[in-house]
Amino acid sequence: MAVATPSFESAPAGVPERSYFASVGAVFEHFWLLYIRTWRGNVIGNFATPTLFLLAMGVGLGSYVDKGSGVGMGIPYLQFLAPALLVSTIMQGAVFEATFPVMAGFRWVRRFHAMHATPITPAAVVGGFIGWLAVHATLVGAIFALVIVVFGAARSVGVILVIPVATLTALAFATPIAAFMAGQRDTNAFNSIWRFGVTPLFLFSGTFFPIERLPEVIRPLAWLLPLWHGADLGRALALGTVGDDPFRHLAHVMILSTVAVLGIVWMLRTFRRQLEGAR
Amino acid sequence: MGSGGRFSLGTANGGSIKSPMTDTLDTAAPAAPTASAAPAQAPLISARGLTKRFAAFTAVDAIDFDVAQGESFGFLGPNGAGKTSTMRMIGCVSPVTEGKLSILGLDPTTDGPRIRGRLGVVPQEDSLDTELSVRDNLVIYGRYFGLNRAEATRRAVELLDFVQLGERAKDKVEPLSGGMRRRLTIARALINDPSILLLDEPTTGLDPQARHLLWERLYRLKQRGVTLVLTTHYMDEAEQLCDRLVVMDKAKIVAEGSPRSLIERYSSREVTELRFPAGVQETLGAELEGLGDRIDRLPDRVLVYSEDGEAVAAQVHARGLVAETMLVRRSSLEDVFLRLTGRTLVD
Repeated sequence: MAVATPSFESAPAGVPERSYFASVGAVFEHFWLLYIRTWRGNVIGNFATPTLFLLAMGVGLGSYVDKGSGVGMGIPYLQFLAPALLVSTIMQGAVFEATFPVMAGFRWVRRFHAMHATPITPAAVVGGFIGWLAVHATLVGAIFALVIVVFGAARSVGVILVIPVATLTALAFATPIAAFMAGQRDTNAFNSIWRFGVTPLFLFSGTFFPIERLPEVIRPLAWLLPLWHGADLGRALALGTVGDDPFRHLAHVMILSTVAVLGIVWMLRTFRRQLEGAR
Repeated sequence: MGSGGRFSLGTANGGSIKSPMTDTLDTAAPAAPTASAAPAQAPLISARGLTKRFAAFTAVDAIDFDVAQGESFGFLGPNGAGKTSTMRMIGCVSPVTEGKLSILGLDPTTDGPRIRGRLGVVPQEDSLDTELSVRDNLVIYGRYFGLNRAEATRRAVELLDFVQLGERAKDKVEPLSGGMRRRLTIARALINDPSILLLDEPTTGLDPQARHLLWERLYRLKQRGVTLVLTTHYMDEAEQLCDRLVVMDKAKIVAEGSPRSLIERYSSREVTELRFPAGVQETLGAELEGLGDRIDRLPDRVLVYSEDGEAVAAQVHARGLVAETMLVRRSSLEDVFLRLTGRTLVD
């Protein structure tokens, strides 16, 4: 950093230079403020979604599955479904947070531009926003885990470990999508992301049935489906079966982390371009 | 204007140049601008050959200007002249393509965040958080400058009084009128007690009443020694608010000076505007020659520049010319712009 011209050192100094983390904290606080403004509705929704899904799929559909051949592994369908459903639900929520709020931040409400007019740097905007995505995902994941426990669908205390897996999965999805949405002028891409990305992943990533049930030819494709890594890992942690195939689960963590890091790097680029490149 | 708080007190008695809030909001700004008394100080903002290019398009083309402490400085020009691009470079949110820019003695390329910490920005496009309350908009903004919550809240209450929005503190931003939003944006820009306030088209799109209220508040800030830098395409705004201004056209500065000196240099003291019935103006040639010092024929009217507009009016009568309407007025920056570019300012 260049040294200031002395005559201005003592001039209206006022606000001291901020540390990166203080800036990140302020950006995070903004999103937190937006969240708690409607926290009742948010929390009720966060409880309602898992309750409805576990009732309909886990208990309702599950009773048929368990009467039939079952999912194997000698466990009820509800216990099979719950951890993976937690991961995929948190992923969906994070994808949503990475689309509309990002477009609003750059184009409609322009809150990212407002931040950038202050000592907040583009990198701090990215940091604060990712911090918010992670905290939000963890919060919603924790509520989901609580509902799982209430349903008696937790097989072990390992269900607690599903929460950070869901957060990691959420970041692996949300960061590249946020980076992409930053450059979008309208919401057309949003519909495509949902229709061709999120929904198929939700259905075919081993959440509702083991991917072993898919035709053998397309089964390796699961490795390309990011959600499967999270769902498979989350389930193994909840069922306490991680030790059966440690390398596979280590690979899940590595793949999800790599995607999240690449997403963050991409976000740093697109957010900076949006904030500094505008005419 | 019945605003509360210390902001309404003005500096009429003391006349000392002070930041608007150092007297009340000094906890985060222990160093008062004591150096401001020295007149021959280095400029707060200095640009030399300042250039902004977007790919092949040159938005700002090698402009030079200085803004002194406590000055109210304007960029006047039509849309697309390069005013906003210049403002964004001063605001340290748009990298300088070429040339030198110094703000508060610092270089935006290396000290952007530090400079931004001393600026208040009122952008052309609203960036208020419509989902938060009026007060929370200010508080969270204060947090961006590193103020603690209590201090940010205290300043927010005070500033809302200053812009006469104290009673709307708990309301959402959404239902506020355009004028109220602009005032709120100005309050937000003051939360860090800035050394320089940047205003990009502060009154565009506002009704006359809202504009006058805004001007009055800005004038108060100016009286208190805040350095104002603003862009406008309204000549009356520039005449109201600016001590000195530059006229921009097509990415370049075409003239520089105080409103009065620009008018003296590029226009005459008075203007006589003549409007003729449809079709008549085109037929007039020699009949208009020799009127005043200079004549400009616009599509809809004829402008005659002179030292004495009434005398021109008398001459027009004497020549037997019958104008539909005839208006004698003081010369304005609009006339300066017309003279410099051959075009009107707002079209």
